[in-house]
Amino acid sequence: MSPLQLCLVLSSLLFCIGLVAVLSRGNAILVLLGVELMLNAANINFIAFWRYGPHPDAGTGVIFVLFSIAAAAAEAAVGLALVIAIYRHQQNIRLQEATRLKG
Amino acid sequence: MTLSAEKLWFIPALPLAAAAVGALMPRSGRAIAAGAAIAAMLAAFLVSCVALSTALADPAAKLVHNFAWFDLGTSALRLGWLLDPLTAFMCVMVTFVGALIFIFSLGYMKADENFKQFFCFLSLFAAAMLGLLVANSLLLLFICWELVGLASYLLIGFWFHKPSAAAAAKKAFITTRIGDLGLLLGMLWLYNSTGSLLFFDGGAGVLETAALGSLAAQFTAGGLAVSTAIGLLIFCGAVGKSGQFPLHVWLPDAMEGPTPVSALIHAATMVAAGVFLIARVYPLMSADQVLAHVPLHALTVVAFIGAITALMGACIAVAQNDIKRVLAFSTVSQLGYMMLALGVGSWVAAIFHLLTHAFFKALLFLGAGSVIHSAHHEQDIRRLGGLRGPMKVTFATFAIGMMALSGVPFLFSGFWSKEAILHAAHGWEVSQLPFYAALIAVVLTAFYMTRLVAETFFGKARSDAAGHAHESPATMTIPLVILAVCAVLLSLLAWPSPWLQHQLDPSAHSEPDGISLMVLSIVLVALGLGSGWAIYGRKPRVSETSADPLATASPGLIAFLAAKLKFDELYAATFGRLNAASAAFANFLEVWLWGGIVTLLARLGEFTGLVNREADERTLNGGFNSVSEKVRGTGLAYSRAQTGDVHGYLRFIALGFVILVLLVVMGGAK
Amino acid sequence: MNLLPWTIYVSFAGAFLALVVGARSATAARWVALATAVAGATLTFLAAREFVPGSSLQTLVDVPWIRELGVNYHLAVDGISLTLLVLTGLAATAGILFSWNIEERPGEFFALFLALIGGVYGVFLSADVFVLFVFYEIAIVPKYFLIAIWGSTNREYGAMKLVLYSFAGSALVLAGMLWAYAAGGAHGFGLAELSAAAVHIPHGTQLAIFALVFLGFAVLAGLFPFHTWAPTGHVAAPTAASMLLAGVVMKLGAYGCLRVAMPLFPEAFAYWQPVIAWLALAGILYAGFIALVQEDFKFVIGYSSVSHMGFVLLGLAAATPLALAGAVLQMFSHGVIAGLLFAVVGRMVYERTHTRRLAELRAMPLHRLLPFAAVVFVVAGLASLGLPGFSGFPAELSILIGAWQAKPLWAAVAALGIVVAGAFTLRVIQVSFFGSAGAHSAPPADSHPLPPITLAEKAGALLLLGATVYVGLKPDVLLDWIVPALQSPAFQAVIKGGHP
Repeated sequence: MSPLQLCLVLSSLLFCIGLVAVLSRGNAILVLLGVELMLNAANINFIAFWRYGPHPDAGTGVIFVLFSIAAAAAEAAVGLALVIAIYRHQQNIRLQEATRLKG
Repeated sequence: MTLSAEKLWFIPALPLAAAAVGALMPRSGRAIAAGAAIAAMLAAFLVSCVALSTALADPAAKLVHNFAWFDLGTSALRLGWLLDPLTAFMCVMVTFVGALIFIFSLGYMKADENFKQFFCFLSLFAAAMLGLLVANSLLLLFICWELVGLASYLLIGFWFHKPSAAAAAKKAFITTRIGDLGLLLGMLWLYNSTGSLLFFDGGAGVLETAALGSLAAQFTAGGLAVSTAIGLLIFCGAVGKSGQFPLHVWLPDAMEGPTPVSALIHAATMVAAGVFLIARVYPLMSADQVLAHVPLHALTVVAFIGAITALMGACIAVAQNDIKRVLAFSTVSQLGYMMLALGVGSWVAAIFHLLTHAFFKALLFLGAGSVIHSAHHEQDIRRLGGLRGPMKVTFATFAIGMMALSGVPFLFSGFWSKEAILHAAHGWEVSQLPFYAALIAVVLTAFYMTRLVAETFFGKARSDAAGHAHESPATMTIPLVILAVCAVLLSLLAWPSPWLQHQLDPSAHSEPDGISLMVLSIVLVALGLGSGWAIYGRKPRVSETSADPLATASPGLIAFLAAKLKFDELYAATFGRLNAASAAFANFLEVWLWGGIVTLLARLGEFTGLVNREADERTLNGGFNSVSEKVRGTGLAYSRAQTGDVHGYLRFIALGFVILVLLVVMGGAK
Repeated sequence: MNLLPWTIYVSFAGAFLALVVGARSATAARWVALATAVAGATLTFLAAREFVPGSSLQTLVDVPWIRELGVNYHLAVDGISLTLLVLTGLAATAGILFSWNIEERPGEFFALFLALIGGVYGVFLSADVFVLFVFYEIAIVPKYFLIAIWGSTNREYGAMKLVLYSFAGSALVLAGMLWAYAAGGAHGFGLAELSAAAVHIPHGTQLAIFALVFLGFAVLAGLFPFHTWAPTGHVAAPTAASMLLAGVVMKLGAYGCLRVAMPLFPEAFAYWQPVIAWLALAGILYAGFIALVQEDFKFVIGYSSVSHMGFVLLGLAAATPLALAGAVLQMFSHGVIAGLLFAVVGRMVYERTHTRRLAELRAMPLHRLLPFAAVVFVVAGLASLGLPGFSGFPAELSILIGAWQAKPLWAAVAALGIVVAGAFTLRVIQVSFFGSAGAHSAPPADSHPLPPITLAEKAGALLLLGATVYVGLKPDVLLDWIVPALQSPAFQAVIKGGHP
């Protein structure tokens, strides 16, 4: 297998682990962790395609990933704030119970 | 030494300054406040003596000093000072009696916590009264007149924690103010008829020939001369202040004030103001005498009111049991005498009686104060008695005052002044009724004063308070002695020659004394004294509950007299009710009519709004609403999909993702 | 003389500044407000020192504003307006001193207060009816907020009633003005232009226009039976606002009647004169009687205000030189005395005892707990019942003499009102401060010492007391300005109209 393929396998695995966490866990923080895993799987793809792609000197991949990490950090902050807000309201962070926004 | 009219303001200014000192002192400055008040009074007395000597140098002269108070374009309101024998005599009397009352108060009010304010108010009272005396303008006189009313309000209500005192103060102020209403209107009329309010102004004053002539030459609707109408309105003020029928009701209640205040009100200041006012504007009051064919002369009304008051006051005094109330009604009665004298044309006799009365009434009130002070504020003569022994000085001086008031002949000043009044009343051409009323009042006066002295000082003590009574301190007895001496010495003003009369009214010719009249009055006084002694003195009351001999004889009459002829009840039932009803009516209008109209308008607006809303909702909004309802229903149906379950959403997302991936993969396969 | 327009600008600038600094510091807002009010008062005093009494309006500023309508921004002053400007300065300063303790949104409070003051200055300075109207409206709006936000008893009702009455009055004034402008074919709203144009209006129309304008202004002056806004408004308002309401705002109405309605239509005034006089007399007696039975301390003062304003209206109605001078003097006098009474009731008593029920006050030994307030109230009460030595006496005396010249019966009925005033004032003095309880006995167990009277309150009370005593002893200081102003042709026409 070429290095690119190895990287893609790794990222697919990571993505699946994240997806399973998101779908199966009831704890909001663990769901958030899953989301972060999926995001990082995507980042690995970015780096891999850049490094083994046609223009490895351009630096675009790294910049993309940096932006993506920054966005993830902000998103994590917002997510945690939401988690805290939910905690305030219902004294736990089980997502099954956070159904107030239903129509 | 002479005093020019410009300097006359010294006399009222001295006590006024003392009042200011009293007002600015802290509570602890008792001695300074009292000292300033007494010193100012004594100084004012000295200045008044100088003024008197100046005035007597030329009794016919009117020394005036006028100045503008405020300018009203074409006209100006002017004030001024006036010095003539009338002013000077009154000033001397007020300052002298006032100073003695102030000194007496030192002892009487010693224990009061508001001692300082008391002297402040006393000084204000004296200042207002003195200002009234030196005024050469009806306006200035009115200003001081109002201030006298204010000071009396403060002093009568001095013990305001007693509801009766607060009520009495208010009653005095309001009742006299009703009279002042007449004075005010008379003043307005006078100003608008003559363009001036100055008494004497070098020929242009309202009491001078030119103005009087024009006033007597104009007539009002009812055929009255304008001067009569103005005179009667001004007389209303005097009726209020001098406690004349029918506005006398405040004067007995004014007893609620501390006794020195009663003495001041009854002797020197407040009630004297009314008599002084009429004496001052006497030329105006008598201006209509030259007219033969008018329905009414102002002085006729004055004489009849005076006679009614004299008789009524004496009758009521017979049945009173409170030592101060007896004296109060005797004041009402004596003021009636003075008004009678004014009305029958002898203002000099009125002023003479005013002066002598001031001394012996102050003496009597201070004597009563001395009794009350030592008997622990017991004022009911049925519970006193036997004070002759422990209170020798008070008894002796009180007896002198009583004899002066009763008109015991020759030695006592009251006899001479009363004689002058009887003489004048006898010579009145219009009617002899006032004269007879005055004669009856002479008998009654001697009678009730004998009763008062017998009940208070003779017999034996009828209560513990009276039993433990002791002589008052020197600050209280010395003024009594001085006043007693004066009550006797003032006879010299009239006897052996009518000196005072010449000084006050140099133009008057003295008439020979009617010997028969004098004999008649002596007999009447003896009758009063004798019957009083026969009923009350020979067999003194045994206990406070034993019946009054007169009350047993005629219980209904005495009860009616004791209730002061039910005037208070009458006024309460008429004017009081009317007043309350007007107030209630106005309040009713305010709440229900005007308030109701406003509320009605508001409700009307609200109602219109409601109607509009209904119209809007039913018709205009109807179509729009039904469409939006449908949109809303659809939205509701779709919103069911939003379960709120995050995992559910995620599963859908994942499912969608898988389908997308499959599509891409299969598309890629093609 | 050109200092006077600055009173308006300074007040509005102060209002803005108070709003800005008030957001950070209440103390700063207070000091800004006080400085503004004192500056305004100082300006009026300085202008008064330079003032040369004369019979004409002395123009201060006159620049075109709305050319199409012929509206000029025209400010002018004569003795009458100067008197009221001085009053405004005094009342504003005292009002700020008595609202020193406002803690709730002080910045907004003082801003509205100063805006109101600025509007009042503007009204008194306007020589153009349009400008006058604008300032008049500026003065009305802050009143609503002052009452509705910082008020007490029933405040929304009181505020709404007051504003509805005020706006109804303004609407009448506006309608009348526009009618006069159109019917007379005037080219501007200046007092001079309008009165020149008014001559061309037919007599019947003049009667109607005068009635509209006079009534519109008189509503604000508390003319019976359109006075009912006044007591409820006064009661609901916070202390400083009641002081201004009784002290200067009611004067706006009387001033409008005197400055606009009467000189523009002297003949119509002559026609309506008896009606106005009898309504004024009815107000004097009627409000006096109501004051006699009120159980709320502030309502007593509120109705006494209406009663005293009746004297102003009577003076206007009698329209002799004396009566008009007396009416202006009474405006000043009542402004000062009513301000003082409201200050005692609202600030010194109510904010300490939290009750205005006379029955409850009677049970407190208030003269012991608040001796300063008791003395001030007694003196102010005596001033209010027209005792010599205070400004009310020369004012009421001049009005009575003038009314007698017009019709003796009017003076007689009005004098009866003085007796009623005596009765209700003494009643409220005795019941409120000198209630029978606790003078010599110990204070009741539940009475704890009330907070002492502050320095600001003392300063405000002494300022107003000094003014009423000074004018009472030397009414010349004001009459020397007022009397020449009444010599102007406009007022002479009024006087002639009233007494052909």
